Amino acid sequence: MGAGRMSSTENGATTPPGDHVTGGLRVKRGLAEMLKGGVIMDVVDAEQARIAEEAGAVAVMALERVPADIRRDGGVARMSDVGLIREIMAAVTIPVMAKARIGHFVEAAVLESLGIDYVDESEVLTPADEENHIDKWAFKVPFVCGARDLGEALRRIGEGAAMVRTKGEAGTGNVVEAVRHMRAVQGGIRRLGALRSDELMVEAKRLQAPYELVSEIARTGKLPVVNFSAGGIATPADAALMMQLGAEGNFVGSGIFKSEDPLGYAKAIVAATTYHDRPEVIAEVSAGLGKAMRGLDVATLPPEELLATRGW
Amino acid sequence: MPEDPSLPPLVGVLALQGDVREHRAALEAAGARTAGVRTAAELDEVDALAIPGGESTTLSRLIRAFGLEEPLRRRLAEGLPCLATCAGMILLSRRILDGRPEQLALGALDLDVRRNGYGRQVDSFEAALEVPELGEPAFPGVFIRAPVVERVGEGVTVLARHEGRPVALADGRHLALAFHPEISGDGRFHRHFVEPLCSNSRSAR
Repeated sequence: MGAGRMSSTENGATTPPGDHVTGGLRVKRGLAEMLKGGVIMDVVDAEQARIAEEAGAVAVMALERVPADIRRDGGVARMSDVGLIREIMAAVTIPVMAKARIGHFVEAAVLESLGIDYVDESEVLTPADEENHIDKWAFKVPFVCGARDLGEALRRIGEGAAMVRTKGEAGTGNVVEAVRHMRAVQGGIRRLGALRSDELMVEAKRLQAPYELVSEIARTGKLPVVNFSAGGIATPADAALMMQLGAEGNFVGSGIFKSEDPLGYAKAIVAATTYHDRPEVIAEVSAGLGKAMRGLDVATLPPEELLATRGW
Repeated sequence: MPEDPSLPPLVGVLALQGDVREHRAALEAAGARTAGVRTAAELDEVDALAIPGGESTTLSRLIRAFGLEEPLRRRLAEGLPCLATCAGMILLSRRILDGRPEQLALGALDLDVRRNGYGRQVDSFEAALEVPELGEPAFPGVFIRAPVVERVGEGVTVLARHEGRPVALADGRHLALAFHPEISGDGRFHRHFVEPLCSNSRSAR
């Protein structure tokens, strides 16, 4: 069960109780535990952040452009403007996340100094380093990272990510990649449970993942951090589908503010995430919503336009 | 009420959003049966309720949107025992400072709380708590964007303080904690909540 996830001390990474210790593994991973069953929404200004909070978002992701616009505009996508991040932080009472470029540890340090609640080291921005990700253990602020499969998730956790999300293909409004990545992660976890202990080292080699994490998951049957879904969720039914495939919550980017009725879509996606196994509720909240974001067929995108392949 | 009086008490965990699974695991380890509660009908079945950690604004909105506010107020008024952690404590309180104006305060426990009173996530912390009711050793308190208790009503007992501020409170039926025992790996608060339910349910039958 999940309670074991936080009490695990065998890797020596859990902070012992003291007088008043900040930035320990329990509070970093713990915030993600509190976001479970919820929806984290991309917002580009204070007004959108207020709409997201009113709709029941558990957190907002502050960024300059939603992925659909990054995809359309091209150019280098960087950390958001500091003034904008401050405005969004001032506008809402829920946690505020923001994105740093892969490997850009100075952007991450700037976000930490602003008091951001979670840093997303994100493939949606243009990578700053094509070999190395950020050493996330060095920070007090927790990090979430994207993954396409179990090996990638475990490499990020090994670097100190306190939460992971499957990548999907951001800004497409097409859930197909999100499904592929969630099935890959969940299938990878189930596979570890079927192996003998003397087969785990070769499996770790195959996954290109730390042996200690592979061995822990073979024993516990779950990741040591929370795993959300992301990248292509555009409707309440998409959100519910990802939950039923094993997501512990959803990131929704362009799907809300590129729809015809952002507040309506936001409320409906929140409800569908909670009542993901109740089709009659999903039907009720989906009624009369207007058009979802238009969406792209991922198969028609040239390889250089795919965001999910960024990250190593 | 349980269909068979010899069964352990059934503790519902409000399962709209938050760390539901961790509470269920800790309550089951303490000897209770558990069930997720997302509807009024499910709420009617339980002997006690746990409101987990999560985002209090999200919980407020889902409670209202899915018709749970009145049933929750009614069952709490009837004396439903309730364990509430962090966001749960905010929901159970009488008045919320620094919240959103429309945010739900069920008022079952006479407290005023300040949301995110300790600061943002970078200020989230772990601290060893002296809890006389639980004895030694100190309890590992995990505080995540935790609320600060600004006023404690009459009839509410402070079970633990951190740096002078009350962080664990009880009034006989309710146990409200600003921190998260469900992710601490220490089951004593959950046992403290479940054990009286077991003896009450036996004596009542």
